[in-house]
Amino acid sequence: MNTTIMLFLVQDGITNGAIYALLGLALVLVFAVTRVILIPQGEFVTYGALTYASLAAGQMPGTAKLALALGIGAFAFDMVVARKALHLRLVMRSFLTNIVLPAIVLALTSYVVAQKPPVAICIALSLVIVAMIGLFLYRVAFQPLAHTSVLVLLIASVGVHLALQGMGLLFFGAEGQRGPAVLSGSFTAGALRFTGQSITVYGITIAFIVGLWLFFGLTLYGKALRATAVNRLGARLAGIRTTLSGQIAFLLASVIGALSGIMIVPITTLYYDSGFLIGLKGFVAAIIGGLVSYPLTAIAALVVGIVEAFSSFYASNYKEVIVFMLLIPVLLLRSLAAPAVEEEKD
Amino acid sequence: MSALLSVADAHVAYGKVEAVRSVSLEVGANQIVTIVGANGAGKTTLLSAIIGILPLKGRVTFAGQDLARLDIEDRVAMGLGLVPEHRELFVTMNVEDNLELGAFRIEKRKAKASMEHVYTLFPRLKERRKQLAGTLSGGEQQMLAMGRALMGAPKLLMLDEPSLGLAPIIVADIFRIVGELRAAGVSVLLVEQNAQAALKIADQAYVMELGEFVLSGKASDVAANERVAASYLGFQHEGA
Repeated sequence: MNTTIMLFLVQDGITNGAIYALLGLALVLVFAVTRVILIPQGEFVTYGALTYASLAAGQMPGTAKLALALGIGAFAFDMVVARKALHLRLVMRSFLTNIVLPAIVLALTSYVVAQKPPVAICIALSLVIVAMIGLFLYRVAFQPLAHTSVLVLLIASVGVHLALQGMGLLFFGAEGQRGPAVLSGSFTAGALRFTGQSITVYGITIAFIVGLWLFFGLTLYGKALRATAVNRLGARLAGIRTTLSGQIAFLLASVIGALSGIMIVPITTLYYDSGFLIGLKGFVAAIIGGLVSYPLTAIAALVVGIVEAFSSFYASNYKEVIVFMLLIPVLLLRSLAAPAVEEEKD
Repeated sequence: MSALLSVADAHVAYGKVEAVRSVSLEVGANQIVTIVGANGAGKTTLLSAIIGILPLKGRVTFAGQDLARLDIEDRVAMGLGLVPEHRELFVTMNVEDNLELGAFRIEKRKAKASMEHVYTLFPRLKERRKQLAGTLSGGEQQMLAMGRALMGAPKLLMLDEPSLGLAPIIVADIFRIVGELRAAGVSVLLVEQNAQAALKIADQAYVMELGEFVLSGKASDVAANERVAASYLGFQHEGA
């Protein structure tokens, strides 16, 4: 192999790895805050990507309707829980966020889609739609189970993943789609060619990681999220609602997923079920980071990306096998190094 | 005047085992009330149920409001604070962040004043404000746990075994601060195995045995009781 090919593979690996890093970080965040292993993370990727591609192609995405349907569900849950102490402010707030907001977005989407909207509007709408789906999903599927075991949450997570994947088939069909590049054009530096899209991927990933770092380090809500992850009871005793932390975590995860999807879909054709595999690679990175370490997860994600690029060059049939085999030595090492831990009680 | 915290006929159970049976107590404004008793008497269980960690059968009112439907977070926001036995600090975050989060539910402007107040009470915390909570000594962690609870400007602070495992000089310091809290208008419900120190500082006292209050009254009267003197004051280290 010559150096040029190697550089190409490394470049390719880093581009993919950057996306896995974002997904891995979202998984670690959601797990630390809510103890949910977010298998539907991959669906956020697909939904983001295909909503964006549909909008750009002038088609109405079904996800906008799903957001409204889930919002109605979330509103119903809020009302049932608060039925004995209903007051107007609570009803209005729940109604506005869960029903009025997705209804406005749905109306806006159906209006915009007929006008062949520019890329920026497609991106913004896709992000808002998937963010709402993430938020309402937490309310409907996970918040009622917040005090159950990790296993119950995992089962719910699998259920949500299957449901969302099925709905993905319904909304987008079995055909794959591609979206327009966020940034077109390209330039060469030495032997390497950088497309506008790959620059976008690096830029957004770095911006997002820096943004998250600032959010967690400097803002009160970011610190509250960290506090919930470190000590749930302590956080509650400080007056921090675990549901609020859960909502923020799911909101961030769904935005990160959708953004990743929007970055990938101009490079690769995505199908309704492609997200699962992409999410799993983020999961491999998260596991290498022990589901707790953000820096380790980001580094592991780059390794996953590079290993994937090289194995698709040398043994493309086995590329997934090779990537997932990375887990075995890591799990082995971790099982030897880690002390036995009991599941945290709330 | 009605009591700040009033617990009437409270029962708390772990499954079928009743750990607290038919307990009633009151804490007034500007009062230190202590619950003394041996290990396993149900003191911690009672505090956990009052703050809402464990379900409680009976009636609890705080500042005139029934707490039955309120979550832990709402009770905290109302001004009911708990410093739990295990402190439950955010160990991977620094002292200042821990304190800042204690004021999560109050206005930013007031939080600043609260932090100054906490630093005056615990100058040690100010010295260590950039240090991670997990690396503090036991006494400093206890101070931080109390400081974090005080950041929320509580009307009533419940302290669960604040002296447990600490050096005598630090214990004295903590009891001094409990006295200062009362002077500053914060009521304290103090659960202690160190009955001698607790009864000395408290206004009212309850003695708990096997999930029930067996004696209550003015702290000085309780301390003078023969049975209490024999079981908790004379031989207190045996039970601990």
